[in-house]
Amino acid sequence: MKFGLKILALFLAIFGGGLIVLPGQVANAEGQNFNGSALLAGVLPNIPKGKGNSCIAPTDFMRRNHMNLLKHDRDETVHFGNRQVKASLKECVACHAVNGANNTPITVEDPKHFCRACHDYVAVKIDCFECHASRPGGTLKSSLDKVLMENKALAAYAKGSEE
Amino acid sequence: MKRIVYRELEGNVGVYGLILLMGAFVLAGAGSFYYMEHFGHIVTGMNNQIVWGLPHVFAIFLIVAASGALNVASIGSVFGKTAYKPMARMSGLLAVALLLGGLSVLVLDLGRPDRLIVAMTSYNFKSIFAWNILLYNGFMVIVGVYLYLQMERNVPKALLKSVGLFAFIWRLLLTTGTGSIFGWLIAREAYDSALMAPMFIAMSLSFGLAIFILVALTVNGLTNRPFGGALLARFGKLLAIFAAVVLYFTLAQHLTSLYATEHHTYERFILLDGGIYTQLFWFGHILIGNIAPIFLLLHPTMGKKRPAIVLSALMIIAGGFAQVYVIVIGGQAFPLMLFPGYEVQSSLMDGQIGQYAPSLPELMLGLGGVAIAIALTIVGMKVFKIVPKSLADSAVDPHHSAAK
Amino acid sequence: MSGCDKSNCGCVNTNPTDLLSSSRRNFLGGAAAVATLTLAPGITITAFGGSAKASGHHARWGLLVDVNKCKKDCNACVTACSTEHGWEDTGHPLTDAQWIRKVTLKDKKSGFEQSLPVMCQHCAEPPCVDVCPTAASFRRDDGIVLVDKHLCIGCRYCIMACPYQARSFIHEPLIDQKEYSPRGKGTVESCNLCVHRVDVGGTPACVEACSATGNGAMLFGNLNDPDSEISKRVAEYPSTQIRADLGLDPGVRYENL
Repeated sequence: MKFGLKILALFLAIFGGGLIVLPGQVANAEGQNFNGSALLAGVLPNIPKGKGNSCIAPTDFMRRNHMNLLKHDRDETVHFGNRQVKASLKECVACHAVNGANNTPITVEDPKHFCRACHDYVAVKIDCFECHASRPGGTLKSSLDKVLMENKALAAYAKGSEE
Repeated sequence: MKRIVYRELEGNVGVYGLILLMGAFVLAGAGSFYYMEHFGHIVTGMNNQIVWGLPHVFAIFLIVAASGALNVASIGSVFGKTAYKPMARMSGLLAVALLLGGLSVLVLDLGRPDRLIVAMTSYNFKSIFAWNILLYNGFMVIVGVYLYLQMERNVPKALLKSVGLFAFIWRLLLTTGTGSIFGWLIAREAYDSALMAPMFIAMSLSFGLAIFILVALTVNGLTNRPFGGALLARFGKLLAIFAAVVLYFTLAQHLTSLYATEHHTYERFILLDGGIYTQLFWFGHILIGNIAPIFLLLHPTMGKKRPAIVLSALMIIAGGFAQVYVIVIGGQAFPLMLFPGYEVQSSLMDGQIGQYAPSLPELMLGLGGVAIAIALTIVGMKVFKIVPKSLADSAVDPHHSAAK
Repeated sequence: MSGCDKSNCGCVNTNPTDLLSSSRRNFLGGAAAVATLTLAPGITITAFGGSAKASGHHARWGLLVDVNKCKKDCNACVTACSTEHGWEDTGHPLTDAQWIRKVTLKDKKSGFEQSLPVMCQHCAEPPCVDVCPTAASFRRDDGIVLVDKHLCIGCRYCIMACPYQARSFIHEPLIDQKEYSPRGKGTVESCNLCVHRVDVGGTPACVEACSATGNGAMLFGNLNDPDSEISKRVAEYPSTQIRADLGLDPGVRYENL
């Protein structure tokens, strides 16, 4: 009997404590600049800050709706060729790139990746990066220069046929 | 005729052993699926020329056989042959189980099996594949209802008959759909033919009955239930006719192709110098799958005996598998003719015979599908009243004793 | 307004006109002609693969290849495509993606040899679109045939149906794709006519590379615009399509083949 009471007290302590902590946790996570207490630092996701002043919509809106925005605009781009969409995954990846060692952006393989920071925490699997690049790819506007740069034979050929 | 009594299978070592054995194969199939899913199709023998490999051979064989397995029920209810009626439940259950086994293989071989939901939420109605999704699902629902009505008491005979007729028509549509997956491919020499649909129906009759005979004999053997010799002989005769129909369509197809000069290169490939495909065609499909069983089954004395019928059924299954292999893989191995009249050469092996060597994961995935079909059948028979207590001739055929 | 504000962005926008700012995109004004029906959120039915024919005011992007100008030992278009989209030759030609390839033809009787690039032919009546069960393969109103990889389940039926062997299935996991050319394991892909360039007024990478070599064997343009260079050339000189007998009306045409 006494043992049972002890167990009950233990449960109350854990879950009761949780009830007290949880609302605070949620409130904090909603805030733009979260400064978790020492207790929560390791528990809550560490969301890296994006570049620039603001996202395409307020942060709390983006947290809830980014997937709908992306899905909407992906159909716009893929099916109707509209490249001037507001919510572009390419832009997300560019703004929210996180630099790793040797100062280059990390891929989604790294748990510190912007998307993973949250998605790992809420255990929601994302499919985007099965196909999409998870880090910005630089400013490769034309493939041709790179081709000629890499392929000396081709460059010589191109030069030769110009003469 | 005595009243037919159906009983669940007795839980003996044989029954449980078979379920366990099949369970092991299902596990191996699941492991193969996970392996292929994780590393991609690079671990299989499939490539950009042979995009459908051994799993598809298994899947198509099982799906075709599924619609054929329902025929025993159809012969009983639609065509009014009373001797077949006691086996209608077995026939329905086997049909659903084979279809599920085949579909599992097909689905688990997808590049993105995790997106199966897309196949149910985004339809392209011009695709025969999309139609087949409806045909397969419809088949399972209709046969499920048919099975339920058979097991329910006081179901009006007329209702049972009309549901049976509906199931029969549906299965014809289903096999037409499966055949049309190939028949409607305009660009491939091996396909692009309206003959594919009736050919697949003929194949389904033959494969489905062969599998039904083996399953029925195995189950009755495991539980010591009698199976009449006259009944088996009737099955044997039917099987010979079905095998002959397959042979007829094969003959019609190849003769038509042989007449047109433009198809000569392809015919030469399949019939003469296609290596493994030529061998599978002549020795597998034609000899083992058709000619040998037809002769054996039509033999005046041997043809009516159990060993000959079992052997014939086994040969028809093996030959049928070879036939599906030649259709699916051989048809893809023959190169697309982009530039008729030219010799072509490219980094994509244009103009060359496709290379394909089946891999172990593909084989295990396919066998896993077979195991799913068998396991579902046996478990279904163990749980529900599917198998008659006796299929002795005196029990199934009112005229049997009179005839003697 | 686009008809979609932030709060209801789960919908499918049926009027994209206002979102299109560049004048080049005006042909898309009638994009709603694609026979798509949304039954319920997330359940879409596409009737007959959206085979609506490009009418006069729509663009029909196409290529014209002059086979006489295409040099047998030149691979510039293939290299450019590979670099642009990130597919590469890993020494396994049967499983590597190949969006474009050089084919050498040899007349069986005379021994005469020709070399030409073959890629997705962007048919007006594409068999890949017809057979795709999920409508992932589709043809845009401007004639470009694409795979919507969000819908592709990897069944490979389109590869079976394509008369040109133009499509590849991705056999291995990929990382670090080009940001404008998403590609991933388990889906099918093919030449997309560099849709990311075309949409902003550019030219496909292969055409650019071909002209940089000085051969100038490839020409890109709008086949529906009678004043475009490609239309004029096609009207003035004989050109043909590969497997024209199939009646698929490919957007890629060949001269001197």
